[in-house]
Amino acid sequence: MSETPVDEMTFEQAMAELEQVVGQLERGDVALDASIKLYERGAELKKRCEKKLKEAEEKVAAITLDSQGNPTGTTPVDGQ
Amino acid sequence: MSDLIDDPYEGMNSPEFSVSELSGAIKRMIEGEFSHVRIKGEIGRVSLPRSGHVYLDLKDDKSVISGVIWKGVAARLPMRPEEGLEVVATGRITTFPGQSKYQIVIDDMKPAGVGALMAMLEKRKAQLQSEGLFDPARKKPLPYLPEVIGVVTSPSGAVIRDILHRLRDRFPRKVLIWPVAVQGERCAPEVVRGIEGFNALTPGGAMPRPDLIIVARGGGSIEDLWGFNEEAVARAAAASDIPLISAVGHETDTTLIDFVSDVRAPTPTAAAELAVPVRHELLAWVNEQDARMSRALSGALMTKGQRLRDLSRALPRPQSLVETPRQRLDMVSDRLPVGLSKQVQTKRIALSDASGLLRPTVLRRMVDAERRSVTAISDRLAPALVRNTRAKRDMFDARVTRLRPTQLVLQVQDMEEKLSRTVKNFVNVSHSSVVKWKEKITALDRLRETLGYKETLRRGYAVVRSDGDLVTQSTDVKGEVEIEFADGRIVVGKDTQGSKPLPKKAKPTPPEQGSLF
Repeated sequence: MSETPVDEMTFEQAMAELEQVVGQLERGDVALDASIKLYERGAELKKRCEKKLKEAEEKVAAITLDSQGNPTGTTPVDGQ
Repeated sequence: MSDLIDDPYEGMNSPEFSVSELSGAIKRMIEGEFSHVRIKGEIGRVSLPRSGHVYLDLKDDKSVISGVIWKGVAARLPMRPEEGLEVVATGRITTFPGQSKYQIVIDDMKPAGVGALMAMLEKRKAQLQSEGLFDPARKKPLPYLPEVIGVVTSPSGAVIRDILHRLRDRFPRKVLIWPVAVQGERCAPEVVRGIEGFNALTPGGAMPRPDLIIVARGGGSIEDLWGFNEEAVARAAAASDIPLISAVGHETDTTLIDFVSDVRAPTPTAAAELAVPVRHELLAWVNEQDARMSRALSGALMTKGQRLRDLSRALPRPQSLVETPRQRLDMVSDRLPVGLSKQVQTKRIALSDASGLLRPTVLRRMVDAERRSVTAISDRLAPALVRNTRAKRDMFDARVTRLRPTQLVLQVQDMEEKLSRTVKNFVNVSHSSVVKWKEKITALDRLRETLGYKETLRRGYAVVRSDGDLVTQSTDVKGEVEIEFADGRIVVGKDTQGSKPLPKKAKPTPPEQGSLF
């Protein structure tokens, strides 16, 4: 298991570990106690993944540039 | 010949120009003749001063013509003049009377055909490749799910719409658009600025730094896409720390940036697909993982429960475990007393066998045997001693006979002879020495005699004494006088004192000489 707390994991990290946990459980070579702990860890990871997936939010902005071509700010773009 | 007298020669009467007049005439003639020319050549040295005008040379294998592109024209050109590029320029020739020079003022310039552009592109590609910028090891992996995507493209047009549309379909994300010109003179510097600008943003700032950059442009002619072939653009893309997807033109168009980007997308839409995964697929995946996990766990529980039941069924009854051993114990304990008494009996027989053999006669026989052997040995003791003594004496006698005195006697005789010889020698030597000394003494005595006063007496002298003392003067005479001659002494009285000359004849001998001997 990685050192990063589950709440701070990127989607990719959480996903990779979840996959590993599932693989371990399915192989069935883990002691019963450990497998219950694994399952709990898996549930946490799954929650993290779902959270990251729910964060899907579209926000489009264009950078505004000054006369020298340096960015000064952003303006929302409709994107339609 | 004098300066004053001109030599007449042909044409001497033609009119004379001033320099300015001639320069002006040339200018009019050239600018009139070449007011609109098309010229094909390779661009030589290019200089871009701050003024914005462009100065360059056009050349072929033999000649060079200087050229200038005024600032306003330069901005409109579809391409940036670059050294080594084959071009067709349109313009007019002007002269520069102040320096006796001429140049072409260029109004328009195009690459001399696609071939020239492609040749130049190949040259650049080779250059960047040799620097290792295309190295697959340099390519960065794209983030699986970027939070913020930066898009460098034109803010208006189908390209950005396509990208946003596809992103929304797959996984709506935050998108930052860096607006740039996607063709013409401004394209390359603006794209460079966009890539560098995104890299310069700080993560989590007011303008969030993208996790991924897409540089996109729709299809177009090679001249339209040329900005993405510029070396500066390629270098900026290579230098980007943020993973970069290039999506320029259609699938068949390949520009320089495609070689250095981390991933090349065939179209802008494809770039959006490469940028993000599909959300609902991921949701399904997560749910599937959850299901698999639950299945695995309950499956494991079930299997283990089943195994437990199986094992407990196979467990034998406790009674059956002890039955057999108990039976064995019974059998053995039955045999125990029988075995013991049998054992005692056997031992007793063995004991009685052994004690039967133990009798006094046996002991006596043993003692007798020992005694006999002692007697035999003691009988041999005395003769052995005698024999031994005799042997030793014989050995001693043999040695004594070997001891002879003759040798010793010879040695003593030898020594004695030596001693007598030495003694004889000594006697001889001492005797001859004594004789020699005697002779010497005799000789010396004779010498003494001759030297003594008695010899003098023999020659007629006499010694006179008075009262025992030697008389040397007449006044010394007191009483009687004794006169010594060679043959004896006489005493003369006082009355015979008158004969004085006699005592005068006496030769006094120094008494000391006498005392010497």
